[in-house]
Amino acid sequence: MKSYLNKETTLASWLFTTDHKRIGVLYLLSITFFFVLGGVAATLMRLELSTPTPELMIADNYNKLFTLHGTIMVWFFLIPSIPNVFGNFLLPLMLGTKELAFPKLNLLSWWVYMGGAFFTLWAIVSGGVDTGWTFYTPYSTTYTNSHVILMAAGIFVVGFSSVFTGINFIVTIHSMRTPGMTWGRLPLFVWSLYATSLILVLATPVLTITLLLVALERLAGFGIFDPSLGGDPLLFQHLFWFYSHPAVYIMILPGMGVVSELITCFARRPPFGYKFIAGSSLAIALLGFFVWGHHMFVSGQSLYAGLIFSFLSFLVAVPSAIKVFNWTATLHKGRIRFSSPMLYALGFIGLFTIGGLTGLFLAALAVDVHLTDTYFVVAHFHYIMVGGMVMAYMGALHFWWPKMTGRLYYEPLAKLSALTIFAGFNLTFFPQFILGYLGMPRRYHTYPEEFQYLGSGLLASLALSHLVAVEGRKVRGESVACRRTGVEDHLSTAGG
Amino acid sequence: MNDFLPQASEIASKVDALAFALLVVSLLFSLAIGAFLIFFLVRYREGSDVDRTNPLIDRPSLEVVWIVVPTLIAGGLFFWSADLYTEMLDTEEQAVEIFVLGKQWMWKVQHPSGKREINHLHLPADTPVRLTMISEDVIHSFFLPAFRVKRDVLPGRYHYLDFRPTKPGDYHIFCAEYCGSEHSQMRGTVTVMPPSEYEEWVSNSEAPSVARGETLFNTHGCRSCHRPDSPTPAPSLEYLFGKDVTLEDGRTVSVDENYLRESILLPNEKVVAGFEPIMPTYQGTLTEEEVHSLVLYLKERGKAAGP
Repeated sequence: MKSYLNKETTLASWLFTTDHKRIGVLYLLSITFFFVLGGVAATLMRLELSTPTPELMIADNYNKLFTLHGTIMVWFFLIPSIPNVFGNFLLPLMLGTKELAFPKLNLLSWWVYMGGAFFTLWAIVSGGVDTGWTFYTPYSTTYTNSHVILMAAGIFVVGFSSVFTGINFIVTIHSMRTPGMTWGRLPLFVWSLYATSLILVLATPVLTITLLLVALERLAGFGIFDPSLGGDPLLFQHLFWFYSHPAVYIMILPGMGVVSELITCFARRPPFGYKFIAGSSLAIALLGFFVWGHHMFVSGQSLYAGLIFSFLSFLVAVPSAIKVFNWTATLHKGRIRFSSPMLYALGFIGLFTIGGLTGLFLAALAVDVHLTDTYFVVAHFHYIMVGGMVMAYMGALHFWWPKMTGRLYYEPLAKLSALTIFAGFNLTFFPQFILGYLGMPRRYHTYPEEFQYLGSGLLASLALSHLVAVEGRKVRGESVACRRTGVEDHLSTAGG
Repeated sequence: MNDFLPQASEIASKVDALAFALLVVSLLFSLAIGAFLIFFLVRYREGSDVDRTNPLIDRPSLEVVWIVVPTLIAGGLFFWSADLYTEMLDTEEQAVEIFVLGKQWMWKVQHPSGKREINHLHLPADTPVRLTMISEDVIHSFFLPAFRVKRDVLPGRYHYLDFRPTKPGDYHIFCAEYCGSEHSQMRGTVTVMPPSEYEEWVSNSEAPSVARGETLFNTHGCRSCHRPDSPTPAPSLEYLFGKDVTLEDGRTVSVDENYLRESILLPNEKVVAGFEPIMPTYQGTLTEEEVHSLVLYLKERGKAAGP
């Protein structure tokens, strides 16, 4: 049987394809590479941290590893993960159209991503960067000797890829819905992609400009951020977080969209509160633009700015809570099947709830003063980014794998993986909440001995090895006709 | 837990109380959601023989409940935390003012008596303390976990940290903002001692900071212009601290420590109306410690002779 996968088989037919499904696959391969690379960096860090003193590496190398881990996971895995793989593949199918609005722009977006990837790999090969993924000034502009410009170039370029994808999705959703596919009938995954795309298009240019300013100060000595040149280092933090906080929602909204689909599918009933789930995505996208200052409660912004940002940060918790309540209510009177994608979706709800609730501690000004820049923050955002987005990504990968490949994986092992990742993740990251409250700062290569018992590195590598194992096993999956309910009818049309 | 995380400042127990309230709210929410999840998952699992007629698809009243309840709880937590944060930032008049300089990768401390130390901070118990902090290079953050306080330390401007230590003992000082290679070595110890012991410890043969400032004022040529009978017109520095001055361009600035510091290092940025921008910069001539001593001296002079 011919499908989109084998209708043409040359390398060029893949590299220059404008087929949204093939581009989805190209993204899948590219981000998997970066996911493994970022995972290796994390594993090395955790091994180093298993003792309080330097064991495997010097401080500079540790600093480069956490920069590499953050940069790659944020820009080269999490941001493109669900939108560019599953969004590309599924959006036209869900809207009932043959292609995205701009197929060539879509291909360009992948090539631009690879261009950004090239600069980033170049930066790593030439010796790496040690600023952290946050590039705080004046350290990044004046003090570090590492390859800031190359790494910034990689992120600068990959930003354009995000914007292209965002524009493509927005136009497609507005103008290419099949007759009868009204806004009120859009799949919830499409709603989440729509909200995500709005943020991608509106926020990413701010990051692009900020990185350009960093480069201008570093290369040409423009006094923008460094006070010794007449600049203001807090200006950088405002610009950076004006992008990077909305970017957090870029990294979680698509995951919420996937979970809305998975819960509905495996509860085998319509979603509870469709309008509220869809609307809360837009509310999150909007409010997400006005909470960046909660990253700066101790940085020296004014008391009143702090109060307003704290209040808005508490408010943004509400639409997230709405989603959790609606997902739970969707299980009511369902006919629930515990297939592996459903296990990931349920894992998402549990971990995202913990991640969201611990966000309240950080929105609370007086408590954030103690907790900011400690491991509590590390645990909090890993619960959202890994416990949330990666669980959703794995769920999506299992759910749509048969549709994308025509192959079925071995279900018992897939279930085991879902459970192992859930357990391993909690064992790795839950102790970090306690560690952080006790005062352990993040980005520490060495640390006081009393923190060691909570910081075991082995659990992290256990969870990670399972992630890798899942990827590997699926590639070897048997070629069988997909038997899963609700999927087989799409397969015949998937070849286009 | 208290062995690991002592409550060594006045604010510490209040922060812990708020954190505990947040924990209770979190646990209640998690338990409620968890209970419903498990109940539905078990009851409505595939193959169970239960009534599935009329499933809920939409119930706006339910949505209103779970929008309003979390919003009210969030609002209450906001007011609690905002109130406590405002209390944290309050300054007490009688505070002991200690100067802290952050640089890659150490903390340098200067007490009002002129006593200096590195990566160690001695403090009197049950006395309000105000740290005046600045960085010589990149951004650092002065973090005292046992006190539940933290403040970023920036180059180019003074930041303050106010607190009241309560419990004698040794506690950690951490740098909490990533600052380069040896960030994790930028640690130290804060020692809280009974006030009488602190008085004894801090007295020494060195000149107090204000006196050092006066010496600098006389030896670096400040006095030749900033005096009443000077042939070169320069603003008088008497009665100045805490007042508002009008600048050439019509703006008004309040004379605080940051303005005095800026006027020494970048004198032509904010020139007082009626004067020429003729003062030379002292950037590169004076260290941050010296600039701070000068600022203290000017502050003392401005206050002492005040009307």
